[in-house]
Amino acid sequence: MEVKPPLPQIPPPVWSDFKDLQEWEKYHQERPTDDKVSNTLASIADVIHHMPGGWIVTTSTDKIFNWARKSSIWPVTFGLACCAIEMMATFASRFDVERFGMVPWASPRHSDLMIVSGTVTIKMAPMLKRIYDQMPDPKWVVSMGSCANSGGPFRHGYHVVKGVDRVVPVDVYVPGCPPTPDSLMYGLLKLQEQVSEFQKTGTRPSTEG
Amino acid sequence: MTPTEATAVVRERFGVEPALEGTLLVVSLPLERWDEFARFAQRDLGCLYFNWLSATDWKEQGLEVLCRVENLDAGLAVMMKSRLAPGQTHCPTLTGLYRGADWMERECYDLLGVVFDGHPDLRRILLGQDWEGHPLRKDYAHDMPYAPYR
Repeated sequence: MEVKPPLPQIPPPVWSDFKDLQEWEKYHQERPTDDKVSNTLASIADVIHHMPGGWIVTTSTDKIFNWARKSSIWPVTFGLACCAIEMMATFASRFDVERFGMVPWASPRHSDLMIVSGTVTIKMAPMLKRIYDQMPDPKWVVSMGSCANSGGPFRHGYHVVKGVDRVVPVDVYVPGCPPTPDSLMYGLLKLQEQVSEFQKTGTRPSTEG
Repeated sequence: MTPTEATAVVRERFGVEPALEGTLLVVSLPLERWDEFARFAQRDLGCLYFNWLSATDWKEQGLEVLCRVENLDAGLAVMMKSRLAPGQTHCPTLTGLYRGADWMERECYDLLGVVFDGHPDLRRILLGQDWEGHPLRKDYAHDMPYAPYR
């Protein structure tokens, strides 16, 4: 029979666990004495079960992997048009997506996320597809702005792909022309929700044809 | 050479009346004298700077090629225009006179389908090499399907 918590009690550290007294004091400065629950453990508390005689983490690998995935999404820096300016602003100090564990990374082979920020022309689409193919699974795509969503004001032009979802599968669409950094951050948080529900490892739906 | 003097020379040598707008001479030429006039503008008027080249689609009246060259020292600009006959797309190239005409003529060929005879490398420059049609023509159907992204 499963016994759900009271939230797990972290055994209070004793002073002999620390190398010197300064670190021990610092620990007490950062954490008030009534806070017995680790923040990290509280965020995954629904997968921690209280067993008689102690607490133990019983979880599915998907759950713990998804928690790790969504806490460290690395977007490949891929700016196409004016939306890229807003994307750079989101990455910069004022909005600071590093709070969410996102590091703009300059190589698709180390990245989990592609933010398609701007107009995708027909000539650019094969290169975009190639960068997407170079990213390791599992990978996600955020379509940023009207142009990437649907072609935007250039939808009736002759050279613009009418939505980047005709080239790669898209997970989150962020509307706007261009979207403000707030909108993009909301989209990224929505993506984190989606990643935490990610069910299977393995390949994405095929985009061939 | 002042613009007024240049007007007189052009009128005398080519028999056409240039429209003088400030320092800009607008010269409409028959197509046969296109490269001849460009050589004249470069050698005699001193227009060493090739500014741009483009074309206009006047639908059933045919295409019109435009080109602007400038003499930056004298503050003189010459815009030369030439009408192509309806249905005709061939025009002499200026690449022998101006190196800068190379890419402009490729762009003009790419988007408007003007074929420049004598151009050393007349390929598409902006669109993909497998593109069909010339998009800035008035009769181009811009919603035509383009595989595989439409």
